[in-house]
Amino acid sequence: MPDTPILLREERFNQIKTVLARLRLDSNARVVFLVDKDGQQIAAQGDVGNLDTTSLASLVAGNVAATDGMAKLIGEREFPTLSHEGERESIHISVIGRLLLVIVFDDKSSLGLVKLRSKQIARQLSTIFEEIVRDECDDIDSPFAGITEEDIDSLFN
Amino acid sequence: MTFINYASREINCKIVYYGPGLCGKTTNLQHIFDATAPQARGKLISLATETDRTLFFDFMPLELGTVRGFKTRFHLYTVPGQVFYDASRKLILKGVDGVVFVADSQEERMDANIESLYNLEENLQSQGYDLMKLPYVLQLNKRDLPNVIPVAELKEELYRKGEPVVEAIASNGTGVFDTLKAVAKQVLTELRKG
Repeated sequence: MPDTPILLREERFNQIKTVLARLRLDSNARVVFLVDKDGQQIAAQGDVGNLDTTSLASLVAGNVAATDGMAKLIGEREFPTLSHEGERESIHISVIGRLLLVIVFDDKSSLGLVKLRSKQIARQLSTIFEEIVRDECDDIDSPFAGITEEDIDSLFN
Repeated sequence: MTFINYASREINCKIVYYGPGLCGKTTNLQHIFDATAPQARGKLISLATETDRTLFFDFMPLELGTVRGFKTRFHLYTVPGQVFYDASRKLILKGVDGVVFVADSQEERMDANIESLYNLEENLQSQGYDLMKLPYVLQLNKRDLPNVIPVAELKEELYRKGEPVVEAIASNGTGVFDTLKAVAKQVLTELRKG
C-alpha cells in the first residue's frame, strides 16, 4: 500500500529542528537535513546558503531507492547507510524507517564522528516520526477542505 | 505522497511523466523550465546518458502560488522510457500523487505506447496504486508530425477512465501547460476530499 500523506504540525516541526540542530553541533557538520523516502524535504538545519536542498532531497531519495534495489538483488533487505566522500565535502545518509537523515560535512568533521552521532540520534527521530504518523489519525482540519475551483484556477493565471 | 507542512505553510505534491522512449517527457519538463520565471522553479536536474537519454529521472520543483495561505509546490519527475530501465521506473512511482502519460502520436510508436501504458498500470499496482483512482492525464504528443494517428484512434487504444486528453507539441510548448494544469487540478481536488 502507498504510504499515508505526511501532515507536519508546527510543534513536531520544531521538535525535529531542535534535534537536527543538536546533531549538527555534535557532529561538526555543515548541514543536516531530514528527507522522506519519496524525496520530500522535511526539515533542514545549518549553513544551507546556496545549497539547493530541494534537488538534493530528490537525488538522495533516488540514490537510496537505487541502492535499495541493488540490496534486494543480492538478497539484502536494505543498505542502512550510504556515504559519499569528496575532496572537500562529503555526504552521509542513514535510513531510519521512512526517513533519510542526510549530513553534509567537510574536513572539520570525520566520517566516523558523523556515523556515531547519526546512530545516536536515530532512535529519537524515529520516535518523533511515529508521533507524526499518530497525529494523522486524529482529525486535523485540512486547509484544503474548503478549497474552491476558483482557488485552483487562480494558481494558473 | 502529499506532504503538508503546517509550520512553513507548504504543500508538496509529486507528479510523474510516464511514456515510451523518446515520446517527449523530458521535452515537457524542459518547456516548463524555460517558460517559468526563475523564482517559481528550482533547477532542472537531468540524470541522462551521454546521448541525452534519461538514465534515471529528470526532476524539477515548481512553485505554482498560494492556496489558502499554503505555498503549493509540485515536484515534477520523468521516468526513463526505454524498456530495460523498468527497475528505475518502479522506484520513481513511489509516492506519486498524479501521473501524466505522454503518448507518441506517430503510427510506428503505437505498439510502444500500448506497452508503456500496460507497464505503467503494472508498476503502479506493484507500488499499491490503482490507475483508476489516481489523478491522471493522457497527453497525445507530436501532433505536428506527418505520420500521426488520428486522435479518435489513439483514444480507442489508450483512453482508460474518462481522463482529460490533451493534444500537444511539446517541442514548441503547445499543450504542455494545459497538461500540467489538468493533472495539478485533479491532485488539488483530491486534497479537498482529504
